[in-house]
Amino acid sequence: MGIRFILMVNKQGQTRLAQYYEYLTIEQRRALEGEIVRKCLARNEQQCSFVEHRNYKIVYRRYASLFFLVGVDNEENELAILEFIHLLVETMDRHFGNVCELDIMFHLEKAHFMLEEMVMNGCIVETSKSNILGPIQLMDKAS
Amino acid sequence: MLSSPSLMDTLFQRSLEDLIKGLRLHLPGTPTSNFISKNIEEIKKEIKSTDLNTKSIALQKLTYLHSLYGINMSNWASFHAIELTSSPFFGHKKVGYLAVSISFNSNTEVLLLLVNQLRKDLGSPCEFEVSLALETIGFVINQELAVNLIDNVFVLISSSKSFVRKKAIVTLLRVFEVYPDGIKVCFKRLVENLENGDVGCVSASVGVFCELAMREPRLCLPLAPEFYKILVDCRNNWVLIKVLKVFGKLAELEPRLGKKLVDPVCEHLRRTGAKSVVFECVRTIVSCLSEFDYALRLAVEKIREFLVDDDPNLKYLGLQGLSIVSRKCLWAVVENKDAVIKSLSDADVNIKSEALRLVMAMVSEDNVTEICKVLISYAIKSDPEFCNEILAAILSTCGSNVYELIIDFDWYISLLGEMARIQHCQKGEEIENQLIDIGMRVRDVRPELVRVGRDLLIDPALLGNPFIHRILSAAAWLCGEHVQFTKNPFEVMDALLQPRTNLLPASIRAVYIHSAFKVLSFCLHSYLLPNESASSWVDSDAGEPYLLSESEILETSNSSALNDDQIYEQRVLNLAEGASSIENVLDTNVAQEQSTLPLKKGLFTEESIKNLLSLVETALRPLSGSHEVEIQERVCNILGLIELMQGELPNSVIQGGENFEKGESKASDFIKLVHDAFSEDLGPISLSAQERVPIPDGLLLEENLNNLDKICGDIELPVSTSFSLGRPVSDKHDSVPLFNNHDKDESELSKESTSLLTEHRKRHGLYYLSSDKKEVVSDYYPLANEPETQGNANDVTEDLVKLTEQSFFPKKKPNHVKARPTVVKLDEADGRIPSVTKKLDSANTAISGAVQDVLLGNDTNPYSSQVKPSDKLSSNSKGKEKLHIGQSIELNEHTTVDKSELDSSRPKRNKKHKERKHRSSVKTAEDRDKNGLEDKQTSGHHHTRNKARHRADGDLKVVAQTPVIPDFLL
Repeated sequence: MGIRFILMVNKQGQTRLAQYYEYLTIEQRRALEGEIVRKCLARNEQQCSFVEHRNYKIVYRRYASLFFLVGVDNEENELAILEFIHLLVETMDRHFGNVCELDIMFHLEKAHFMLEEMVMNGCIVETSKSNILGPIQLMDKAS
Repeated sequence: MLSSPSLMDTLFQRSLEDLIKGLRLHLPGTPTSNFISKNIEEIKKEIKSTDLNTKSIALQKLTYLHSLYGINMSNWASFHAIELTSSPFFGHKKVGYLAVSISFNSNTEVLLLLVNQLRKDLGSPCEFEVSLALETIGFVINQELAVNLIDNVFVLISSSKSFVRKKAIVTLLRVFEVYPDGIKVCFKRLVENLENGDVGCVSASVGVFCELAMREPRLCLPLAPEFYKILVDCRNNWVLIKVLKVFGKLAELEPRLGKKLVDPVCEHLRRTGAKSVVFECVRTIVSCLSEFDYALRLAVEKIREFLVDDDPNLKYLGLQGLSIVSRKCLWAVVENKDAVIKSLSDADVNIKSEALRLVMAMVSEDNVTEICKVLISYAIKSDPEFCNEILAAILSTCGSNVYELIIDFDWYISLLGEMARIQHCQKGEEIENQLIDIGMRVRDVRPELVRVGRDLLIDPALLGNPFIHRILSAAAWLCGEHVQFTKNPFEVMDALLQPRTNLLPASIRAVYIHSAFKVLSFCLHSYLLPNESASSWVDSDAGEPYLLSESEILETSNSSALNDDQIYEQRVLNLAEGASSIENVLDTNVAQEQSTLPLKKGLFTEESIKNLLSLVETALRPLSGSHEVEIQERVCNILGLIELMQGELPNSVIQGGENFEKGESKASDFIKLVHDAFSEDLGPISLSAQERVPIPDGLLLEENLNNLDKICGDIELPVSTSFSLGRPVSDKHDSVPLFNNHDKDESELSKESTSLLTEHRKRHGLYYLSSDKKEVVSDYYPLANEPETQGNANDVTEDLVKLTEQSFFPKKKPNHVKARPTVVKLDEADGRIPSVTKKLDSANTAISGAVQDVLLGNDTNPYSSQVKPSDKLSSNSKGKEKLHIGQSIELNEHTTVDKSELDSSRPKRNKKHKERKHRSSVKTAEDRDKNGLEDKQTSGHHHTRNKARHRADGDLKVVAQTPVIPDFLL
């Protein structure tokens, strides 16, 4: 399935966005997020961005105070996922203008919308920033 | 009515922003539950509003709380979410669908209500509505939904808008998952999309096929030409990575694809600047194109670049790539040894463990010493966690297959001793097991074991570390059991009784005390019966001519094979003549120990024995009242012995003079008895040994113990299994008559006895040798030079096979200074020959079956025909789960090996002495080759030697299949 979930977590370990591409109950999600946050946030800059967890890999990257964590299958290309995270951040940056944690908090719906343009069913479907942002801009104009 | 919201509610509704601001007022760590539950109450009211705006805002807030604060909404808000999806306003619809996609799953009850809306939106002229519906389908799909909606999605695959089309394509993936028959309908259109000009659609359909290929590679095999075209033409890295993954799967299925693939993949590898593509190419080459030498070279070069990069990500991936390569060609790892070893001290524990795994893959019998030395030095420097990871890796690698890698056991024993002194060492249990196991299996190394054990025992600092108490227990046991090898038993006794032993747990302290008993009895025996002790000393390692030095081997073989008894006699004679002749006969190590024997005579004076007795008494007397039964029992034994001796000792000494050596006193008789009891050699026992003891006639194990209650009707059995006196026996059962129901009790009793047995087994696991098979195994301790026993008979044949092999590979290094001592193995190499023929048969059918399937295309799962029979097989061929297509060739090799085994399996005892010299270098290599055949997957380091052979396999594989498989690329 490629990507299993995408999480955005701040330095304090609070989840700011959670998108799962396989169904987990709320309890399972909380447990998973807790485990991952404990594992990844303890790591420092000199350590690599890949962590093995349960039966999949987590690829993560930190931007300012926000951690972007992507859970992927073992077959997935780690570097491509890192590029994907970067693309996601760049896209948000273009939309919000110097994106920060607050932007995502207050515009969670938009963040989800962007993600849906980029990833469907765990597959990356769109990698062009303008294509991703096109529908959102249209909607912004309409409302 | 409370539940219906008023206009006021609507006007003063809290917006999502208000909610978030409110949440932000709570500092991290303070409970927000009150605030949230207050809001949930509000939402519950608002969401029932008829005003869609109010409803939508309420749902928005709820979705937020659900996804970030784990508030369950699926049980009460599902209906409202569906209601919003049917709103004419896109904004409301969006909120509704988001809520659905986040909180629904394929089992949500109200899902049926959504089907119509989804169908309506899929047919909507507005592409955004269509896209919302498509995105949502992926989260909620179940078979019913799939059957209902597949037609609508099918139409959308050929939509003119690529925005819609790519999403429809990806949606199909989920549809296929729950409704596989859907593939038949959509497959053709999906394939057409692979050749679409629009990169989004190509990317989406490649993504779908990539996922399908991960599950059913066979399905994508006919599409190889299309993928090949994309591979050559595509400039989009995302697509390229997916296509490479697809080919990775296909090449496993169809080896001839490799020839076509290798050039474009190498081309991409050379040209691309994107590291992700580089890594994917490297991964493809090392995992399925490794038979192409130049490609592999190129890939290893790129791996090297990753390894030396400063970016920890690249370094990690480089190591991962290398570990994939290491399964097939170890040279790549050896070439990059420096970088791997350097990574052991990386800041990242992930990189370190990956490097450690690679280092362990490099280990062979030639370099095990150096690698372990390096690893230990890293372990000392590392943090506790990684230190123990290193120690565990060393222990498991060195201990694998009954220490097949170890030539120099003296070195290994001292390495184990060294490990115990590493500050963070927590591997006490494993080290304990290995020390005792080696003590049992390898006779020659016992003097060194005792030396290392003594060094550990006399160090009072070690007693303070609870993690190594188990090691100390092993050391104490070894020093007691093989006390005859110590230079100074008094010193050992001091160590065993030092005051700090009170830091030990009771069970280990008991081992200490028991060892002290053995040491004491040895000292007394040496003092009272010096001559006998000398001969018994020889006794303990006589009958092991393999101990003898090179010179003697020559000597004996020149004098045309003395048998064991003769050698034994000769050695006893030598001993009687004096130490000087012994030194000529025995190899230097043993000779050193031996030469201390006369010295020992000087040690055991009346004075020293008296001191010893009083030392033991003062040290142990206070413990005679211990609450721990194990300690108390042993202390009482030892004190009893001392009392007896103190009474008798003066007599025996007075009596001494002339009769001294005959040892006629009561004390000497007694000591002789005790000593004889201890000097019995403990050997390893096969796990199945008990089963093969015939049940004596007249012993009816199965018979009901009907008269048991007559015998012990009024005695209550203590239920507690703990033997500690300190604990009161529970008296809950007072009122329950124990024997009111015969049958039940009997079954319980038998259960108890088996459970006791298993417990015993568990506790003393190392005294049982592991054996899963029930084949014929000698149930007595096989003398190392006895060719009749199963294991050794095999050794001989192995030697012969190896010998012939050696003549083919003359450059095997016989550079080991020391001969490898014999390691006793009980269960191995049994019943291999029949299993091979069986394997051959079913493997052949498996392969032909697969080929037929490919040809006829009548099987949807290409692996089913191959994997299933191999599963059955794996029960008798351990570790060989992966049966590849090239297996038949491998198996042919099995048969040749086995044939030679058969030929040489006749016992050739008279040749044995001559061959002994070759044995050390030869036998282990043979072991390894055999094991290499047995468990190829698990131990990568076997492969150095088989490299050439593997490549040959690869070539043969292609040749063997050429006539039957059509070329999809031509």
